[in-house]
Amino acid sequence: MSDTATSARDLPVPARGQSLRFYGIWVIAAIVLIVLPLLFSSGSSLTSFSLIGIAIIFALSYNILLGQTGLLSFGHAVYYGLGGFAAIHVMNAVTAYDWPIPLPFIPLVGGLGGLCFAAVIGWVMTKRAGTVFAMISLGIGELVASSSLILRSVFGGESGITTDRTALPHMFGWSFGPQIQVYYLIAAWVMISAIAMYALTRTPLGRISNAVRDNPERVEFIGYDPHVVRYLASCFAGLFAGVAGGLTAINFEIANSAYLGAVQSGLVLFATFIGGTSYFFGPILGAILVTYLQLGLTNLTTVWQLYFGIIFIGIVMFAPGGIAGLLMMHRPLVRSGTLGMVIPSYLLALVPTLVLVCGVILGIETIAHYTESQGQGNVIALFGIPFDATAASTWIIAAVMIVGGYAVARITWRRIVDAWDRATTDARDRGHLA
Amino acid sequence: MTQAIEIRNVEKRFGNVGIIHDLNLSVAQGERHAVIGPNGAGKSTTFNLISGHIAPTSGEIRLNGDLISGLRPFEINRRGLSRSFQVTNVFARMTVWENVRCAVLWATGQRYAFWKNVDDLPEVRQRTAEILDDIHLLHRRDVPAGLLTYAEQRELEIGITIAGGASVIMLDEPTAGMSRAETERAVALIRRLTEGRTLVIVEHDMSVVFGLADRISVLVYGHIIASGTPEEIRNNPKVKEAYLGEEGH
Repeated sequence: MSDTATSARDLPVPARGQSLRFYGIWVIAAIVLIVLPLLFSSGSSLTSFSLIGIAIIFALSYNILLGQTGLLSFGHAVYYGLGGFAAIHVMNAVTAYDWPIPLPFIPLVGGLGGLCFAAVIGWVMTKRAGTVFAMISLGIGELVASSSLILRSVFGGESGITTDRTALPHMFGWSFGPQIQVYYLIAAWVMISAIAMYALTRTPLGRISNAVRDNPERVEFIGYDPHVVRYLASCFAGLFAGVAGGLTAINFEIANSAYLGAVQSGLVLFATFIGGTSYFFGPILGAILVTYLQLGLTNLTTVWQLYFGIIFIGIVMFAPGGIAGLLMMHRPLVRSGTLGMVIPSYLLALVPTLVLVCGVILGIETIAHYTESQGQGNVIALFGIPFDATAASTWIIAAVMIVGGYAVARITWRRIVDAWDRATTDARDRGHLA
Repeated sequence: MTQAIEIRNVEKRFGNVGIIHDLNLSVAQGERHAVIGPNGAGKSTTFNLISGHIAPTSGEIRLNGDLISGLRPFEINRRGLSRSFQVTNVFARMTVWENVRCAVLWATGQRYAFWKNVDDLPEVRQRTAEILDDIHLLHRRDVPAGLLTYAEQRELEIGITIAGGASVIMLDEPTAGMSRAETERAVALIRRLTEGRTLVIVEHDMSVVFGLADRISVLVYGHIIASGTPEEIRNNPKVKEAYLGEEGH
């Protein structure tokens, strides 16, 4: 028995050795958030960064449910939207009654709004996991979204409720009129929320949430009630979704029923899943990519939702771990130094795959343009090259690129698989893979 | 002294089908008790009834004198009863370390804490390391449980079961599917880890049963036909007829 005690005491504390690297990542993240607007100072990039920041908080809050606790929600925007409305009403009240609440604390109000709703409705919602939870979340989402159009005094009907963020008490002499000041407010809340949500994953509740995700039945036999665990997780998810909603209300100075709707719920699911639910940073990547695509694609093409759909299906089918999962697959290879064995096969596959992708894009755009424009303004510009949507040559080029690109790409994809086999075998031999 | 487990007149029906009828069983404190019986006799159902996985239709079950029939599994677990499963039932995506640590959390009073760093709890870390050392999986601590070998998963299953420090341990066919050598290892492990605790075990391997148990109960068609020491069971004519006879001796 004394043997046991010594060997147990000799165990290193798991976190301490990596603490420097760990804090380093957060410091770098903070520096990036501070420096970004100095490098890209145009109005449109500031707007994009603000939206991306909000999307990061929202997606991370969603992953408390999906990735950490295994709850698939189709109504997460309810917390986000109600947080936004709570923030708007308090902002207007602060202005009307001269309450001494400065603007930087308003996201907290949004968070409390989300938390309150989660605390009330969550107990019923989380009674069961799986399909039952998904269906209830869908129902609650529709219920709240439709009531927002009926209860005009609270939600302002279709036009929503507006506010003036500069009318609130100022802080540090900032009026929060200019977008740059709003950006820094959002950035600060991104840091606070991300650190808080990361810390949550490292608490007893966070780990038991993982256990509930993996095996709710067994959790009952180690003393925990999975219902309580799911309930608490959904409260935290509601809290941080509400913070994101509050920031949106500040950013746009408006809250309307679109915040609560199924489209918003779908987008956050989309961003979280594409980013990857298994790692904490996955939803961050997903939120950046999806927001960026959403802002960029809507200017470029009328059928941007089609591309979203294709990307989503592609990720679900070929990379269920999302972008984070794809990246982390390479970690054992990096550690064992066998990454170099797969890189050449990637580069080789890049060219035919790009040809295939461009062919698909050309095909989609040509068809979209042909069906939409009814013969007027046939020329579309893609990759800086003008194409005539009615010309047979355009259709033939697209077809050749798709068929030819796919035929060649298939061969190069097989080479990737082979290279991976060799690299993982080597990594295993060197003891870097279980 | 109160019995560790006391089952009185328990009946379980699924619709019109009676699975368990007039079940009476008592297990003394510190006793190693084996439940045997042919396939479909209701051994696993009995386990599920005691551990709260399913509620009895009628009758009462007591743990250390307290009425537990009708309580939820986690409530029964908190009163000091822990069970393993016949089919490996671990947290597949979490590491071996985290599997055992989760099982330690409630017992060390962490409850649903969201204000503590789980890596910074010395008592939890200490106990987790001890359990892993006990089940010989310390060297596999960072491997996801789903990637363990079958025998290792069975050991982890036992580790999770004992980690909470329950006074009554119930193991459902802990050696099922194991080789001879693995079985011997597992039996030695069980004997050592359940020292000073009450053990209820369901097992098909008769050498394990007769080697390990202080007392044996024989369950046939949802009813206990005999209860006694291994010697008494071996010589009981009813048992011979109903159960051992089937084995073709």
